[in-house]
Amino acid sequence: MNKYETVFILTPVLSDDQMKETVEKFKKVLTDNGGNIENEENWGLRKLAYPIENKNTGFYTLIEFEGEPTIVDRLETAYRRDEKVIRFLTFRLDKYAAEYAIKRRAVRKAKQEERAAQEAAEKEAAPVVVEEAPKAEEAPAAEA
Amino acid sequence: MAQEQQRPYNQGEIRYLTPLSVDTRKKKYCRFKRSGIKYIDYKDPEFLKKFLNEQGKILPRRITGTSLKFQRRVAKAVKRARHLALLPYVTDLMK
Repeated sequence: MNKYETVFILTPVLSDDQMKETVEKFKKVLTDNGGNIENEENWGLRKLAYPIENKNTGFYTLIEFEGEPTIVDRLETAYRRDEKVIRFLTFRLDKYAAEYAIKRRAVRKAKQEERAAQEAAEKEAAPVVVEEAPKAEEAPAAEA
Repeated sequence: MAQEQQRPYNQGEIRYLTPLSVDTRKKKYCRFKRSGIKYIDYKDPEFLKKFLNEQGKILPRRITGTSLKFQRRVAKAVKRARHLALLPYVTDLMK
């Protein structure tokens, strides 16, 4: 049972539910072949460093899973068959890589929580700002 | 009399255009060994950019000073990142 991580890029032309559906499809391919998925990250729409199939953005998805080596061939044939996937890379995690992956997950979760907390804070602060704006506009008008 | 003595002495003197201190360069070290990093992640382009020059080419060891073992890992990670379009193959003024 080796640990693997796979990153694949979907064309940006897809609608959201199509995109989710394909991600689900690949996850099903993994679970059907006896792999268990440890972590799944969706980096969303990202700008590509160079155009692939004349497209400049793509949906990145990362899946970390554990399974038999045969699972990787099935996964990659599934990738090759599906034309929505424009690029993929599967990578076997060795000891240090696995440690790093776990640490990275924790850091990412912490960052996401922080961002969520910030957004929540901004939402609370937002109404206050709105009230001030109108006063500011009246003052200069009165002077002029 | 004094001038003559000085002139032959001056001609013999070699004047350096640049100060002598240039060749005592600071000792280069492998940042991975020193900071104990064991795995170089190909998914983190910001970190890998430190090992690329403006055109996006991988910097040689004599500039970055990394050890052979980690230079190979950096090269492999950069090539994987390029495959996933996280890093460009060639660009101008990337930084």
